[in-house]
Amino acid sequence: MSPTTPPLPDAAVPPPADTGTAPLATGPDENRGQGILREIMSSSWVVTTLAIVLALVISGVLIAAADQEVQDAAVYFFARPADFFSAAWDAVSSAYVALFQGAVFDPTAATFAKAIKPLTETLTVSTPLILAGLGLGIGFRAGLFNIGAQGQIILGAVFAGYIGFTFDLPFPLHLLLAVIGAAIGGGMWAGIAGVLKARTGAHEVIVTIMLNSIAVYLIAYLLTTTPFQNPGSSNPISPPIPESAQYPLLLGDQFRLHAGFIVAILAAVFVWWLMGRSTIGFKWRAVGSNPHAARTAGISVNSAYIWVMVTAGALAGLAGSAQVLGTDKVLTADVAASFGFDAITVALLGRSKPLGTFMAGILFGALRAGGFAMQARTGTPIDIVLVVQSLVVLFIAAPPLVRAVFRLPAPGARRPRTPRSSTKEVAA
Amino acid sequence: MTATTVTPAATAPDKAKPLAPISWKAPIGYGVVGLISLVLFGLLPDSGKDSTFVLSTGKDYFQIDPITVPAKATAIVLSVVALVLAVISWQATRNRRKVGAWLPIVFGIVVVLAFLTWADAGKDSPLPLTGLLQGSLFLAIPLVFGSLAGLLCERSGIINVAIEGQLLAGAFLAAVVASITSSAYVGLIAAPVAGMLVGALLVLFSIRYVVNQIIVGVVLNVLVIGVTSYLFSTVLKTDASTFNSPPKLPSIDIPVLSQIPIVGPVLFRQTVLVYIMYVVVALLQIFVFRSRWGLRLRAVGEHPKAADTVGIKVNRTRVRATLLGGAVAGLGGAFFTVAAGLAFGKEMTGGKGFIALAAMILGRWNPVGALAAALLFGFSDNLQVVLGIIGTPIPSQIMLMTPYVVTIFAVAGLVGRVRPPAAEGIPYVK
Repeated sequence: MSPTTPPLPDAAVPPPADTGTAPLATGPDENRGQGILREIMSSSWVVTTLAIVLALVISGVLIAAADQEVQDAAVYFFARPADFFSAAWDAVSSAYVALFQGAVFDPTAATFAKAIKPLTETLTVSTPLILAGLGLGIGFRAGLFNIGAQGQIILGAVFAGYIGFTFDLPFPLHLLLAVIGAAIGGGMWAGIAGVLKARTGAHEVIVTIMLNSIAVYLIAYLLTTTPFQNPGSSNPISPPIPESAQYPLLLGDQFRLHAGFIVAILAAVFVWWLMGRSTIGFKWRAVGSNPHAARTAGISVNSAYIWVMVTAGALAGLAGSAQVLGTDKVLTADVAASFGFDAITVALLGRSKPLGTFMAGILFGALRAGGFAMQARTGTPIDIVLVVQSLVVLFIAAPPLVRAVFRLPAPGARRPRTPRSSTKEVAA
Repeated sequence: MTATTVTPAATAPDKAKPLAPISWKAPIGYGVVGLISLVLFGLLPDSGKDSTFVLSTGKDYFQIDPITVPAKATAIVLSVVALVLAVISWQATRNRRKVGAWLPIVFGIVVVLAFLTWADAGKDSPLPLTGLLQGSLFLAIPLVFGSLAGLLCERSGIINVAIEGQLLAGAFLAAVVASITSSAYVGLIAAPVAGMLVGALLVLFSIRYVVNQIIVGVVLNVLVIGVTSYLFSTVLKTDASTFNSPPKLPSIDIPVLSQIPIVGPVLFRQTVLVYIMYVVVALLQIFVFRSRWGLRLRAVGEHPKAADTVGIKVNRTRVRATLLGGAVAGLGGAFFTVAAGLAFGKEMTGGKGFIALAAMILGRWNPVGALAAALLFGFSDNLQVVLGIIGTPIPSQIMLMTPYVVTIFAVAGLVGRVRPPAAEGIPYVK
C-alpha cells in the first residue's frame, strides 16, 4: 500500500477530477470482490477525523430541524435571523454537550466518582462491540462478509448463561467454563455458515442473516423451557447468574465496568498477533486478497473459510458472555440488543484492524452511552446516534468526498498533509 | 466431480457423451420429508378426530360448504401421495430424466395439506384455507417488491443490500404523505420517491466513489433506520394525527374474477398494490429476458467490458437500474403503512428486506422465481399467524424459525451453487 498512496494523482490533477480518479487509480488491479474494505484501510486518520466532524455537523442539522424552538424561530426567520441561529446553536450544542457528559466526563456531578462514571459506562458498553467487531474484522480480511454477529452473540450468551446458572462450581473455574462455553457457542453457530460455504458454496451473507433470525427465535423459545426459565416466573427470563460465574467488577461496586473489558483488550492483542504475526493469519489474509492465488499457493481455501468463521464466531460469543456474565448478569431475549449490527459498522470504521476496531468500539460505545444521557437531559432521541454512526462510516469509506467537502473553504491547504499522514499510518 | 470422467472416444465408442454422476439429493430429500409426514401427521396421532377446512368467504357468489375430513386417514393418504411422488422422482433420477417444476410444487402442497390436517385435528375452529392463502399473498407483497428491486440492481452488477432501508424509507414517506394529504393513493405515489432516494445514495457511493457496495448497503440501512426513527420520535410522535395516521388503501374487487371460488378472493380481492405487483412481475419477466433494454441490463451485469465495447454506457445503465430498483423497493415499503393500514413505527420493516434478498437468490435472479420464493415466505409467515389463532402443539417460536431453516437448506442443498451475475459488486472503471 505504501508505495501507491503518497504520490497519487492528488498533486497533479485539479480538484474536481481528483475526486473521481483517486480511488479509481487503485481500482483495476485489485480483486474487489475479495479485497473487501481496501478503500477504507488506505484512507488516513485525517480523513477519519474530518469524517466524524462532517457526520456530527449533518446530524446537528437534523437535531436543529426537529427542535421546537428552532422551528418557531424559523417562522420569523427573515425578520430576525439571529434568533433562528441562536436557537439552532442552543439545540445542537446542548445535545452534543449532554452527549459528551454522558459519555466521557460529567463536571456537574457531585463527586469525582460520579463525574467519571460516564467514562466507565462507555467502556462497559464498548466491550461487546469491540469483541464482536474484532471477529467481524477477521472475516472481512479473509474475504467473508459475516453479518451473523447478532446470532453468534446470542448463542454465546445462551451457552455462557446456561453454564452459569445451571452448575455450581467455585469462582475462577466456573467463570472460565462459562467463558469457554460462550466462545464454543458462538464459534459453532458461525461454523455452520463456514462449513456450508466451504462444502456447498452457500453464500455466507444469506446463511448468516438466516442464522441471526433463527437465533432470535431460538433464545425466545429456550427462555420458555424449564432448563432456562427462572423457576416461579412466567416471564422469559433466566435465573440470575451466580457470583462465581460473573466477571469481577474492576472498579468496585459503584461502577458496572467488569473484567469483560480486560477480555476485550486481550482479544485485541490476540487478533493483532493472529492476523499480523502468525502463519495462519497470513494464510487467511491471502485467501481474502485472492482465493485463486491462495489455492494455487497450496493454501486450503475451504478450511480457511471454516476456521475464519469459527474464530469470528468465538469472538462474538465472548461478546455475548460480556453481556450475560458481566453487564446484565441474567439471560434475556434482548441480550444481544443491536450489538451484532453495530459491530459491523465498528469493524468497518476500524478498517478491520485490531487497534482501529478497539478505538472504533470505544467511540461507538461512547456515542451509545452518551446517547442515553442526551435523550434523558435534552430530549433528543438516541436514534440520532445511528445517523452519526452510519454517516461516519459512509464518509470514511469515501475519502474523496470528505476531501472535496473540506477543500471548499481553503483550497489546496490540506493537500500536502494528507499523503504524509497516510505514510505515517502505514509505518505505525 | 467432473474430473472423474474419462475420455469417452477411445474406451467406449457407443457412449457419445460422458455422463455426470447422478445426484440423489432430490429423491432422498422428498423421501425423508414424505416419511416424516407419514409418521408424524399420519401414524402417530390418535384416530377419530376430524379436521375442517373453510373454502369460501362470506362475500362469495358460489358458496362452498366447509369440508370436514377424518384427520388421521386424510393425513395418511396425503403422505402416501407424497411418497409416490418421491418414487417418481427417484425413477426419473435413475433414468436421468428431468422432472418438471410440477413435482416439487405438488409435493409441497400435499405435505403442507397433511400438516394442516394434523394441525387442525380435533379443533373446534375450522381452518380458513382461503383466508390463509389471501393473507399469504398479502404478507408476500414487500418481499416480492424487495426481491424485484434486488434483482434489477444485481442484474446490472450493483449489489443492493439496502433493500431493507428502501422498504423502510418507502413506508415512512408513504405514511407521512398519505397522512398529510389524507389520501392513501398519494402516499402510494410518494413511496417510490423515498426508495429511489436511497437507491441514489447507493449508486452515488458505489459508482462515483467506488466504495464496496455491500458496505454502502449495510450502512445505508443503518442510516435510514436512524433518520426515520429520529423523525418518528421527534416529529411524528408529537403530532401523530397530522403526520402519522395514514388512511388504509381500500381493497378492490375485480368484478367477475373475484367471484371465482377460492382463486377469486385470494388473487382478485386485494388492494391496488397487489395488482401493481402482478403487472410489475409480468413486465419485468418479459423486459429483462425479452427486450433490448433487458439484454443490455444483463450484459452490463455479466460482462461490462464487452458491453462497453459495443457502445453500451455501463455506469449509466447501472445508475438507471439501481434508481428503478430503489423505486420498486420503495413502493413495496408502502405495504407496511398505507396497504396494511398501520401508522409508521420504528424499524417496522423488521428484517423483511433481508428476507427479500434471500427470496431473490432462491428465485435465481428471475422475477417469477423471486415471486414464488416470496410467496413461500409469505405463506409460512401467515401460516404461523393462522395456527396461532386456532392453536397448535408446536411452539410459535419454532414455527417462526421454519422459513429461515428452510432457506438455509434451500441455499445449501437444493439451489446449491447459484450463479449470480458475473460482474456483481465489481465497479466498472474504464
